[in-house]
Amino acid sequence: MNAYQRLLRERLLAGVAVVGILGSSCARNPTPVEPELPAPPPGAGQAAPVTPAPPPVRQSPPPPLPPPPPLPEEDFVSRPLEEINREAPLDPVFFGYDSSDLNAVAIAAIEANADVLSRNPTWVVAIEGHCDSRGTPEYNLALGERRAYAVRDHLVRLGVAPDRLQTVSYGEEFPFVPGETEAAWEANRRAHFVVTGQ
Amino acid sequence: MTRPALRCLPLVAAFAAAGSLLIAQQSPPPDPPSRQRPGVDLIIGDRIGAQPRLAVPDCLALTNDRETLDAAATIAQVLFDDLEFEREFRMLARDTYRTIPRARSLTDLPLDAWQELGADGVVSCSVSRQDDGQLVVRARLFNVRALDSTLGREYTGSYRNVRRYAHALSDEIHRQQRGLEGVARSHLAFVSDRDSESVLGLVPNRQTKEIYVADYDGANVRRVTVSRSLNVTPTWTPDARAIAYTSYRSGQQDVVVSHIYEGRLETPAGGTERVHNWLPAFSPDGRQIAFNSNRDGNPELYVANVDGTNVRRLTNHPAIDTSPTWSPLGHQIAFTSDRTGSPQIYVVGVDGAGLRRITFESYCDRPTWSPSPYNEIAYTSRTGPGHDIKVVDLATNEVRQLTFGQGTNESPSYSANGRHLAFSSTRGSGNKQIYVIGRDGRGLRQITYMGNNEMPSWSR
Repeated sequence: MNAYQRLLRERLLAGVAVVGILGSSCARNPTPVEPELPAPPPGAGQAAPVTPAPPPVRQSPPPPLPPPPPLPEEDFVSRPLEEINREAPLDPVFFGYDSSDLNAVAIAAIEANADVLSRNPTWVVAIEGHCDSRGTPEYNLALGERRAYAVRDHLVRLGVAPDRLQTVSYGEEFPFVPGETEAAWEANRRAHFVVTGQ
Repeated sequence: MTRPALRCLPLVAAFAAAGSLLIAQQSPPPDPPSRQRPGVDLIIGDRIGAQPRLAVPDCLALTNDRETLDAAATIAQVLFDDLEFEREFRMLARDTYRTIPRARSLTDLPLDAWQELGADGVVSCSVSRQDDGQLVVRARLFNVRALDSTLGREYTGSYRNVRRYAHALSDEIHRQQRGLEGVARSHLAFVSDRDSESVLGLVPNRQTKEIYVADYDGANVRRVTVSRSLNVTPTWTPDARAIAYTSYRSGQQDVVVSHIYEGRLETPAGGTERVHNWLPAFSPDGRQIAFNSNRDGNPELYVANVDGTNVRRLTNHPAIDTSPTWSPLGHQIAFTSDRTGSPQIYVVGVDGAGLRRITFESYCDRPTWSPSPYNEIAYTSRTGPGHDIKVVDLATNEVRQLTFGQGTNESPSYSANGRHLAFSSTRGSGNKQIYVIGRDGRGLRQITYMGNNEMPSWSR
């Protein structure tokens, strides 16, 4: 199954879950979705969780709803992967020139990401290795591979299950910041995280 | 994608003066001694050491339809460019022919007037439409001094790609007159974003790159991949029937071999979500493939049979080992390693023995071993903020530089006769484009113009 098919499936399941929840509870009920609600297994759409009817709502018209507070991370469970990734829940890890060594800042970023992954135990992530354009495009394919691997290995050391971590190297092919400036090079020498499964 | 039908028919040409008979073979003789030249009387130009001076006037169109008239103009111009490319002849500029009366037929041309202009040789050609709609191209190469034709060819085929007749004729002339295997019928494979779309997936604003093929002069660009993903590092099989490249269509990088005339794809390196393979390179006999892989946890080089069997690990070092290229006999592989702290070029036997370091510079990559008889490796070298193309002679260790800081210059690839290199450069517009240059650093030509184009591979 490729990323796109996976994406389609996740979206379908997310949609089914939302419909199921709305159908079985009051539409106006602002109660947040159960934080621990796991993603339904494939094919389980019709068996949406049956929650008991909530207590009767007051008859008087409710005051206008305040804007909802930002959702805690745990609620990403039922959201499309695109939306999750738009919020970049995992920090990129930056590298020195022609290096795949992890410095203190990089290790701090990886530790923070390990926390996020432990709070979202169902997530599967791709770690993309990227390089700046000063190297050659051929060599950078290998350098990006090493960067992705360095980050993956450290996450595994911190206790993240290896089968939740995919790697890929894009070399210098997908720069985050265009141009030939020190700032662009710095921004492009990174391991970038993409949530590919939840 | 198929080659246009192109048949070389025997043309019997009788020459009154010498009474000789020259028959153009159906196909080139099985294996002519590469540097041997035919009889001296057939060779144009009698000044020792000087390049023969050649003229290529417009072809005669013997039928008057638009397509044939266009073919006449195209074939003469392409032939001129092909002959100029190898720099074996001094080509007389085509805009100086105005004073010369037009030929009345393929064989009736004013040789005295051509001699006055200084030509040693003239290519005379005619094109016509046959009753069955096929194009017939006839050509003669005249030795102006000897008042004699030294080479005759006749081609019949479609109108679909008339440049190919000129390419075939150029290669024939180079072989007969100079003992040289020309490259006019070769192709360049390269990476381009000219038809770029958004990459399918979760990250926005990423643009696809696909593999393309063009004639050696940049004409007839055709797209090879349609994967809507990233495709890089194309390389031809030695028989030029297939292109291997690094494809991301499955989400991770893997080596794909595309048999372009059969429409068949293979993944001999067996990539998975965990096992990534990239940067393929075929052995000179086409039976083995070297590539980069992470299968043992670090970018190392591997060699396998082209069907994916018998995978052997070639390098074993915690540093990066990448960018393989085979020696002309297939006994050694040159590659890039950063084991000393910066990327440098090394050579090792295919059995893993006899490692030696070749370059001692700040940053070197993408070695490309020349074909025989040259014994050199071209590579990308950091020379300042950008890169330049350099060549190291393996016998003398002498390094010569082919480009000099105009833009950044990367990814050299040799032509099959070893006399030219294709590479990418950002000179001029700042976009990456494919250029070709002589191995002596002369004769720079721009090949691509649309979008960004890079990582050329030159077919046989």
